[in-house]
Amino acid sequence: MSQYILRRLMIAIPSLLGISLVLFVVLALAPGDPFSELATNPNVPPEVQAALRAKFGLDDPIYLRYLHWLAAMAQGDWGFSFVSRVDVDTLILQRLPTTLYVVGSSQLLALLIAIPVGVYAATRPYSIFDQLANTFAFIGFSLPTFFTGILFILVFSVKLDWLPFVYTEVPGSGIKWAIEMIRQAIMPVMVLGLFQAASMTRFVRSAMLDVIRLDYVTTARAKGLGQAKVIVKHVMRNAMIPVVTLIALQMPAVFGGAIVTEQIFRIPGIGSLLISSILANDTPVVMAVTFVFACLVVLFNLIADVLYGWLDPRISFR
Amino acid sequence: MFDNNLRGMIDDVKDGRMDRRAFVKRMIAVGLTAPMANQILAIGGVAMAQSPNPYKPTKRGGGGPLKLLWWQGPTLLNPHFATGTKDQDGSRLFYEPLASWDVDGHLNPILAAEIPSIQNGGLTADAKTVVWKLKPGVKWHDGKPFTADDVVFNWEYASDPATAAVSSGTYSNMTVEKVDDLTVRIKFKDPTPFWANAFVGAYGCIIPKHLFAEYKGSKSREAPNNLKPVGTSPYKFVEFKPGDLIRGEINNDYHMPNRPYFDTIEMKGGGDAVSAARAVIQTGEYDFAWNIQVEDEVLLRLEKGGKGKTLYAVGGDIEFIAINFTDPNTEVDGERSSMKTKHPILSDPAVRKALALLVDRESVKKAIYGRAGRTTANYLNGPEEFVSKNTKWEFSVEKASALLDQAGWKPGADGIREKDGKKLKLLYQTSINGPRQKTQAIVKQACQKAGIDVELKSVVASVFFSSDVANPDTYSKFYADIEMFQIPMTQPDPALHMRRYLSRNVATKENKWQGQNFPRWVNKDFDAAIDAADTETDPIKRADLYIKCNDLMWQDTVVIPVMHRLAVEACSNTVRPALSGWANQTDNLQDWYREA
Repeated sequence: MSQYILRRLMIAIPSLLGISLVLFVVLALAPGDPFSELATNPNVPPEVQAALRAKFGLDDPIYLRYLHWLAAMAQGDWGFSFVSRVDVDTLILQRLPTTLYVVGSSQLLALLIAIPVGVYAATRPYSIFDQLANTFAFIGFSLPTFFTGILFILVFSVKLDWLPFVYTEVPGSGIKWAIEMIRQAIMPVMVLGLFQAASMTRFVRSAMLDVIRLDYVTTARAKGLGQAKVIVKHVMRNAMIPVVTLIALQMPAVFGGAIVTEQIFRIPGIGSLLISSILANDTPVVMAVTFVFACLVVLFNLIADVLYGWLDPRISFR
Repeated sequence: MFDNNLRGMIDDVKDGRMDRRAFVKRMIAVGLTAPMANQILAIGGVAMAQSPNPYKPTKRGGGGPLKLLWWQGPTLLNPHFATGTKDQDGSRLFYEPLASWDVDGHLNPILAAEIPSIQNGGLTADAKTVVWKLKPGVKWHDGKPFTADDVVFNWEYASDPATAAVSSGTYSNMTVEKVDDLTVRIKFKDPTPFWANAFVGAYGCIIPKHLFAEYKGSKSREAPNNLKPVGTSPYKFVEFKPGDLIRGEINNDYHMPNRPYFDTIEMKGGGDAVSAARAVIQTGEYDFAWNIQVEDEVLLRLEKGGKGKTLYAVGGDIEFIAINFTDPNTEVDGERSSMKTKHPILSDPAVRKALALLVDRESVKKAIYGRAGRTTANYLNGPEEFVSKNTKWEFSVEKASALLDQAGWKPGADGIREKDGKKLKLLYQTSINGPRQKTQAIVKQACQKAGIDVELKSVVASVFFSSDVANPDTYSKFYADIEMFQIPMTQPDPALHMRRYLSRNVATKENKWQGQNFPRWVNKDFDAAIDAADTETDPIKRADLYIKCNDLMWQDTVVIPVMHRLAVEACSNTVRPALSGWANQTDNLQDWYREA
């Protein structure tokens, strides 16, 4: 087992190097620079813009820039943002808690909805409940988050005036503060969670249906085990393998944030950091965020593989 | 004649025979504005009028929170690194300049005890020195006194190339020296009639020497106070998250009486302009939102029965179409749009004039900019004394067609005009931005009617405005026939705004396309007028020179002004901000208050 994990980690190194190279080259080839706002300002002579480019090494050849970046990264130096001149790791750590809170809660919400609804729908296929669940699931994943987000804002903020639609993190403590923190997170968590729940419900349902018809389930029933025990202990455990894959692949997104939703609700998470850095051509930040994301994808794939073995001992590690 | 009368009147004011107010009133009557009249008095020997912003609160604090919404959040808080206006606005919450531009474009003393003038010995007749007297007793947020050393340090800091300060251009060509603890003297290399650039406005904000002295030059990025500003402003720093949030609290030692009104200040970033307008005007979650570049139709809808309104500040920002005088399709020595070529179509003045007749500014205003735009024939739209009254614009497809017919451009079989085998086809580029794409469509439609085929192109703003030498799509390379964007006026003076079009500033491969004259227009009269204006100390003659420059550009159709754009802000019905079209939104933050 430990040998297996070690081998997988070793294999990850070249693939991560490859990913970083591709990312860097694509970003470096993209035209534009973070100083475009200076261009039309009559107060700033064009030499200033050019000097900044030179100072930040943007005029060096790409391979040199990549090697610089790689060498620094290997020593744990993530570089600094061209836009804010702040170290990239500081920027990311500043944004991480918010993303974990909002996107994490939405994933939790999605699981809390999807697993019970999916399992219950699968035990009674084509019943009214199943039909309703399916219909809502289809509606849920057909509506993009930018649409539901704005719809929620119009209904709950503008018309009803119940919830704020600008998310601000004000430090504080006490019950009042906690309520405020929850109140402003309700809409984004709902938007993201319901969207996730919709597709996950379909997934859980079909995974359950695949297993529920197998002979060993009939055997378990024939032994006289109760419905609840059959479903939870015998069916669900086996049906969860594909679901675990799906959740594991979702986990990086919990750290990576949700670009669209974060933008709509002004949530200061990783997603909004990424998009504003991309728009400003802030290469070091984009590099760091995407690279961390790549590492997380690799890591959670490994975790999913290890979990398979626990869920189904027939799967062995070699 | 007017000149002589004016001189007489200035003398009257000097000798006390005429009231300053009366003088300003008479100037307004003949079509000049208050700022101009005041500047005339200033250089003519009378102190600049100090008209404070209206401010009603009678005690400091007690105003609760002030919540600002900037849909692009400030990313840094060092005024000398401020790339965009958002960063300048954010830095301005904590740092202050010696003086700010008030609503009318007057200088309003902040850290200065008084505005320099010839009368108080602050200015000299040769326009080569400025002496600023600093306000005594001003303290930094950490309690250390603010002195002339700090002011001198800011000049050293910004003008050191290793600091990589964005403000370096503002502090070049001058030396700054300390006279005594509360006096500094600026010496310009050349006569500088517009002396109020350094230490004034956005790049004039002053950072404390005692915290930044160690971080001058190449270590500038490492200064811990880049992220924790310690300034002199009405609000003390509490928290900063780049791109997201700035928070501040009242400075009880602030150097102006009864100010500030608010107890805390918050500047939230992110999102988009429409929802920012919504948060202020419709739901009232925020008090003020910046730069609401939204179609007027949408704003009018939001304002119906809302909790806020839009505010407009008049400056000199101009949205215009520039014409390429060189050939973008022929490469000479590895350079397109080279000065060795002439544009095959647009070098014909008749075509340029016809194009100007085909820009329907009224429709653009009606359909897109609404209250946020004014139609104009001028490139230079402010301050008032520099605005030409000799120009006019009109929209007429018939006249344009007649002009082209006369010049020998005859419609071909496909309806597109041609002459000597050259088709009248133009590539029209701009940056990606809703209103700009709509304007492109309006212009294209009119051109089609007149037999000109226009191909539209739009480029992402960060690419269009970058200085990347390898990038072919920048506005300065101008690999298109015509292009459109906005050039802002950052202070109430045309010097920097107009110098761009000097013949020696042409953008070429040799200067890595850093030359600011991107239309590549060459005109000796224009050069002579600009050079004369740069050192002309007589304000009336100087204004005449700039008007002449504007008229030359108009006669030669170098640019086709599309819209004189106003700054648009969304503001709660109860907040009374002090805004100026000549300054950043937060430049007079100390005078903001709320009225029930």
